[in-house]
Amino acid sequence: MAVKTRRYSARDVTVLVAGLGVAIVVNVGLVWGPTLASVGLSATDWTGIGPIGWIGGRNYHDLATTYPPFWSAVRNNVLWLGFLGLVATPFGLFCAVLLDRRLRMSRLYQSALYMPVVLSLAVVGFIAQLVLSSDYGVLNAVTGLHVDWLGDRAVNIWVVMVAAGWRHVGYVMIIYLAGLKAVDPALKEAAAIDGANERQAFFRVVFPTLRPVNVIVFVITVIEALRAFDIVYAINKGRNGLELLSVLVTENIVGEASRIGFGSAIAVILLVISLGFIVTYLAQLFREEER
Amino acid sequence: MSAVPARRRLRPARALLHVFLALVALGWLLPLALAVYASLRPYDETARLGYFSLPEHLTLGYYGEAWTQADLPRYYLNTLIIVVPAMVVTLLLASFTAFAIARLRVPGRRTLLIVFTAGNLLPPQVLITPLYTLYTLIPLPAWLSDSQSLYDSYLGLILIHVAFQFGFCVFVLANFMRTIPEEINEAALVDGAGVWKRYWRLTLPLCRPVLAALATLEFTWMYNDFLWALVLMSSGDKLPVTSALNNLRGQFFTDYNLLAAGSVLVALPTLIVFQLLHKQFVAGLTLGATKG
Repeated sequence: MAVKTRRYSARDVTVLVAGLGVAIVVNVGLVWGPTLASVGLSATDWTGIGPIGWIGGRNYHDLATTYPPFWSAVRNNVLWLGFLGLVATPFGLFCAVLLDRRLRMSRLYQSALYMPVVLSLAVVGFIAQLVLSSDYGVLNAVTGLHVDWLGDRAVNIWVVMVAAGWRHVGYVMIIYLAGLKAVDPALKEAAAIDGANERQAFFRVVFPTLRPVNVIVFVITVIEALRAFDIVYAINKGRNGLELLSVLVTENIVGEASRIGFGSAIAVILLVISLGFIVTYLAQLFREEER
Repeated sequence: MSAVPARRRLRPARALLHVFLALVALGWLLPLALAVYASLRPYDETARLGYFSLPEHLTLGYYGEAWTQADLPRYYLNTLIIVVPAMVVTLLLASFTAFAIARLRVPGRRTLLIVFTAGNLLPPQVLITPLYTLYTLIPLPAWLSDSQSLYDSYLGLILIHVAFQFGFCVFVLANFMRTIPEEINEAALVDGAGVWKRYWRLTLPLCRPVLAALATLEFTWMYNDFLWALVLMSSGDKLPVTSALNNLRGQFFTDYNLLAAGSVLVALPTLIVFQLLHKQFVAGLTLGATKG
């Protein structure tokens, strides 16, 4: 070690300290610092101006008991996760498996599927309105129904999830496709020689080798579900059936009522849930690296 | 069993596969096609016949109107002012950090990498409340910001993009740099190359493909950002184009055809980048994903 440290000249050390210093300051100052500050602020009744009063866990208590949007938001976030995880992600995997067979026009199909990935969710939200609006939307025009797809609390979260899934499928598909390309073809051949049919070969041989990709897709799915915001905000600002935790945080600071402490409490709940997944993911990632 | 009948039996399956994939692809493109279609038809026509009807007239007029009435050039410029510096700074800062973490024996490098990577995975809302407050408290000279604070300034948006996207880029670049053979580094060391030279002249050029992939991806992400601008800006005329679209909705909410034209125009740059840099885009998405 001593030999190695001597390799750095004074200038080297300056360059390193400056470069890493800026990186750390930016990251801590704008990402982790504010994250920790959220935790502190969540125990206060601060409104953004005036003194900061310590109120302990009252925000959390109020959230759970006297703030109706909270439980709708929790429910919607769970639904969102369930829909992406159980419908959109498997469908993306299914498409990737189909596209992995060196088909003609494969690139065309792929492009169509992940075109929505490059679109802003604000644009997706607008397109959703063109399709789903109750009086001029295409869906009602074609089916002859008169459903208020975006305004009716009973259905709107479902159709918005479909719109979000529209984007998610392409994302997942492309990641799985890359994972599948990396699978050793000899494995599949060996399975075929052993008399496995395609389904067996996939579930018993190919799928298990995709484990690292599965972990990544799982994390992306969870994170996307927790981050979901733009599309509901673009549609109706996340009200009337489209509540999400992320929207409630934003509402409490940019809305008319600036309730910094209260908004922070919701953010902390979001933080605790996401940190659980982030830590699991990173632990797995860095454990594998050590090997 | 000979190979010939087996292949023949596969053919209908292949055809079915194509039909299925074509239907899915079509279904995927349909909403987009609809937006384009709506943008080409006069409003009174769709008001009379609905969006799903045969056209009597088609016009490009809405594009011109969206361009001028909605002041789109200004918003594109705003996006450019924010995204280009943010992208460049993110890649520079991230590549140097990744270099230090992956190629030098910096103490605590593992912890650093974990902290940076985790930061990128946080939902933005987790930090947005204190960030908002912090932004209103940090003073800036008037020539940098009309509000004289970081809040409602281009610089503020650039900074948060850099800070938030930085972790992902460090992660990807550090993984890539680890695959560069150690011998190159050793040779440079023997020649007496300093840290900066080994980073700038030696490592960075080797990272060109990864940097291109990351640049494409970061452009798309930063361009599409909606939340940061919504929370950290207040003047409508400084908004980037994606967030501005949302404001325009209030202004033109009766004329959906005009809005459709606006949406298509807003979506266009990322679609073009995606088509032109298809390879880099996909490489970027999978770079961060398949290495695990």
